[in-house]
Amino acid sequence: MPERRTVATHCPYCALQCGTRLTRERGVVSVRPDDFPVNRGGLCRKGWTAAELLEVPDRLRRPMLRRGDELVPVGWDTALDTIADEIERIRAEHGADAVAVFGGGGLTNEKAYLLGKFARLALGTSQIDYNGRFCMSSAAAAGTAAFGIDRGLPFPVTDLSGANAVLLAGANPAETMPPLMQHLTGDLIVIDPRRTPTAERAALHLQPAPGTDLALALGLLHIAVVDGVADRDYIAERTTGFEQAWQRAVAWWPERVERVTGVPVRDQHAAVRMLAAAERAYVLTGRGAEQHGDGTDTAAGFINLALALGLPGRPGGGYGCLTGQGNGQGGREHGQKADQLPGYRRIDDPAARAHIARVWGVAPDELPGPGRSAYELLDALGTENGPRALLVFGSNPVVSAPRSAHITQRLSCVDLLVVADFVPSETARMADVVLPVTQWAEEDGTLTNLEGRVLRRRRLQDPPEHVRSDLRVLHDLAVRLGEPGHRYPTTPRAVFDELREASAGGHADYSGISYARLDSGEAVHWPCPGEGHSGTPRLFLDGFAHPDGRARFAAVEPRDAACDTEFPLTATTGRLLAQYQSGAQTRRVPALTEVAGEVFVEIHPDTAARAGLADGMSARISSARGSAVARVRLVPTMRPDVVFLPFHFPGAGRANLLTGDALDPRSRMPEFKASAVRVEPEVAG
Amino acid sequence: MSRIVVAGGGPAAHRLVERLRTFGHSGPITVLGQEDFPAYNRVLLGAVLTGALRPDDVELPAAQADVRVGVSVTAIDRHRRVVRTDSGEQLPYDVLVLAVGARPVLPDVPGAERMLPVRTLADCRAVSGRVVVLGGGVLGVETACSLRARGADVALVHRRAHLMNRHLDAPAGRVLAERLRELGIRLRLGRDAAELRPAGLVLDDGEVLAADRVLVCAGVVPETGLAADAGLPVRRGVVVDDRLRTTDPRIHAIGDCAEHDGQVPGLLGAAWEQADVLARVLTGGDARYRGARTVVRPRGVEVASIGPVERLADPDAEVVRLSDPARGRYAALALRDERVAAAVLVGLPEAAAAVARLHDRDQPAQTDRLALLLGTPVAPRGAVELPADQVVCRCGHVTRQSLVAAWRAGARTVAALARATRATTGCGGCTDDVARLCASLTDDEEQEGAA
Repeated sequence: MPERRTVATHCPYCALQCGTRLTRERGVVSVRPDDFPVNRGGLCRKGWTAAELLEVPDRLRRPMLRRGDELVPVGWDTALDTIADEIERIRAEHGADAVAVFGGGGLTNEKAYLLGKFARLALGTSQIDYNGRFCMSSAAAAGTAAFGIDRGLPFPVTDLSGANAVLLAGANPAETMPPLMQHLTGDLIVIDPRRTPTAERAALHLQPAPGTDLALALGLLHIAVVDGVADRDYIAERTTGFEQAWQRAVAWWPERVERVTGVPVRDQHAAVRMLAAAERAYVLTGRGAEQHGDGTDTAAGFINLALALGLPGRPGGGYGCLTGQGNGQGGREHGQKADQLPGYRRIDDPAARAHIARVWGVAPDELPGPGRSAYELLDALGTENGPRALLVFGSNPVVSAPRSAHITQRLSCVDLLVVADFVPSETARMADVVLPVTQWAEEDGTLTNLEGRVLRRRRLQDPPEHVRSDLRVLHDLAVRLGEPGHRYPTTPRAVFDELREASAGGHADYSGISYARLDSGEAVHWPCPGEGHSGTPRLFLDGFAHPDGRARFAAVEPRDAACDTEFPLTATTGRLLAQYQSGAQTRRVPALTEVAGEVFVEIHPDTAARAGLADGMSARISSARGSAVARVRLVPTMRPDVVFLPFHFPGAGRANLLTGDALDPRSRMPEFKASAVRVEPEVAG
Repeated sequence: MSRIVVAGGGPAAHRLVERLRTFGHSGPITVLGQEDFPAYNRVLLGAVLTGALRPDDVELPAAQADVRVGVSVTAIDRHRRVVRTDSGEQLPYDVLVLAVGARPVLPDVPGAERMLPVRTLADCRAVSGRVVVLGGGVLGVETACSLRARGADVALVHRRAHLMNRHLDAPAGRVLAERLRELGIRLRLGRDAAELRPAGLVLDDGEVLAADRVLVCAGVVPETGLAADAGLPVRRGVVVDDRLRTTDPRIHAIGDCAEHDGQVPGLLGAAWEQADVLARVLTGGDARYRGARTVVRPRGVEVASIGPVERLADPDAEVVRLSDPARGRYAALALRDERVAAAVLVGLPEAAAAVARLHDRDQPAQTDRLALLLGTPVAPRGAVELPADQVVCRCGHVTRQSLVAAWRAGARTVAALARATRATTGCGGCTDDVARLCASLTDDEEQEGAA
């Protein structure tokens, strides 16, 4: 290997996928931000310190097998044989659906694709879903219903730079994807129960009670119509369903919305005025609005607002959602979702099944049907009709799944738990077999960022000696399960070329995208239906992706609010700048843990005082589902009825010990963002 | 399957049907509405008056029921369990719900028949020109404000000395009056209508207010005739218990016609709460109506009345008052056991939102009462320690201390400081702060050099 080597790649963390230059010199790897459109030379602390991930001391370096309470190192053949034998036994006794797969939104497109294929063909199981269900599913369901296609941002990030006004509903990019803020130079309207760093930079901050975002969205639509700023021509020419949506919004006049949400009437009017007056305006949602039992309807409520103002499908305006995980976009397009096949195809669509079956060289009826969604899959583990084996790739559900004490218990009930990861995550520590796999700078591949642009991840260095790529692992397992080896290519480029063919004709059509084009520096956004096609940076300019070309309003209505005397406060959860997702990676980087090293609970000083809590004390936060322990942080800008916990931390500090199992009826998104709780001092011992 | 007949087709009836279906009632429901329209949102009549909305814009979604419009129930035969209608029909019921609402009170003066109430969609046509609004309660204030906002010439006549006297104390009423005057509404307080003549509305002191239209917002009377004729107990409204039931277990009443615990709230929010409870009860649930927590919030003006205004005079309550007539602000907040017993708020939009929610959820108010009223962040008690080392750049977690150290080590420009510390390289939000710090360090050095 040469003394100094540099590659252009992308940050291993969030969906912004900042461009970076990674240099290895005398064994030391360093990161520099690239002048890439989304980050324009910017990088947050996670990105700057990403090279430390390559050197974490407890890096998984060998396959491990459980012997009693311990995981002991073994060779690859032993590990893979053990897995294959156990899968064969479980399948023989309980059928193919007794083996399940759980993927992740951080996996490359190639891994996500091959994982889905492996599940459907090598395992023959319908039981595959992924942690993106906990992330993007509500916005995806609402976006598909409204526009016919779900792509996080149907326009390039750089379009936001020209906006005069941007509404951010439940998004905190100043903390979760800081370099995005460079593009948000117009007036910001931030909807968030907390005064986040993003809210501090807003021209207008609306601070609703958690779980009331949909009422607020309906109220804003109501004002737009009554104040006469709805774009009647656009509604007539480019949409359907306005009347039905309006008949719901008609009952949400501002004073009623104020009472339900706590957002002053004057501020509601101001928000609509700012959006309506802006020549270029955008409405963006984040997890705060989407991670609810009515998250799909809530996202639809904000889409309704954007449609009423005539924003989507126009240059200089639109609706989008800010994707969370690194490959949150691509991860949901290529078949690791229970109800989907590659190319963003529906698994219950006969034409889609026929196409994929042809590409895969099998008969359409050999493909399993739709399976359980993420939470339902985890909840069913080890039950009478549920899976008895689970293969986890790139996810840490012990920390990231809702109602985590229960899910941890379910995970302990399976006959076989396999975890492929590069660090010993909390879930890996429970596994029967742990497989050490490559990480970002050790592999090639593609990811699709929040704007639907396909990006090349490039390999800088070799992985540690016994570490293998996920692609190779899937290949080797498939062969052991009796599959022909050629069905599971082990090089990313070969997998991508097959993915192109599989996605051809689907919504997320990658058929015209090649490594050669990406390596030449071309910016290609899907759909890109042919080598000669230049990709689609902006969707919907000529029409929406429904047969009639029109966008759909959704007739949506908020849920009834419950008020619980035993649990009078509402806990909401979220991310910190210096941590990422379940923290499995970032908690191993000293430069990040020194900034955010342990869980805390943000609480209003009065609420704390009434509970007998002072700053720095240890608090127990309890819900009907369980309780967590966190250090008190007094925050005067908190709503007195709300507490906040970051969800990156393990053990007794898991915020998801509090969250419940209510699921959105359409997206199957769990209710993460509003849990009824009480707080009290934690008595030591 | 029980047959439910709802007498009345307004928003309370509409909500009841919707909830019944949500909670699983699959049997037949018949809705008999006296008006010629399906259910609509009465709260928005003001927007129809001003022309902001067309009449059919305020319709609520079609209810999943046999909805008949322009039909009135004329009698209830409790023995045979049928209702008779003015179209001559007889409809059997297993459950009858009275949601017949209330009728507006017109003044007993000559010419009253040419005045228009603001109660139903049929009453409301777009109004312009010179308008006199009779009655300075919630509806009168709302109506006057919304017409004025659309440019009409508006006078408001109110019998009492201060506006919204059922919901505001006298100082609040005065501040509100001043606000309305600023909007250009001519107020006639402590005055009443004497006669409507072609020249205009004659007041009881002889003044004549020129008027193209006189709108009456002088209160409503619950429709109780049907219930009384059927022998059901009636006081101000049809008397119901916590299950919204009359003395006949098959007959219920909700909304503006119903009296619960001596109260006829007359608010859409309360009517909907009653509809929710009754839908639960009728689908086998164990719900109880515990009375409304009233929040009165006229549209278009920054006024809120929360809870019964009499409680502001409760000697055992902690009462916080704020009077700032120059800025049009006034608050009176009564607390018991830290909880909101009552409040009146004028010109304090943040407080209206926060206090109403505290009242609804019966949660303790924050200790910094003024911050609550003004909508400012709470001031912590005692001294506040500033962080020993302030973070200037959040994205890179770069402290002031480390920036100063880098500057001393030779990084004398923002770009150099960025290279040395990574400050400004995330969201870029701290670039101005870093530039200022850089400039001040440079200045300090120059001054030291000069000294």
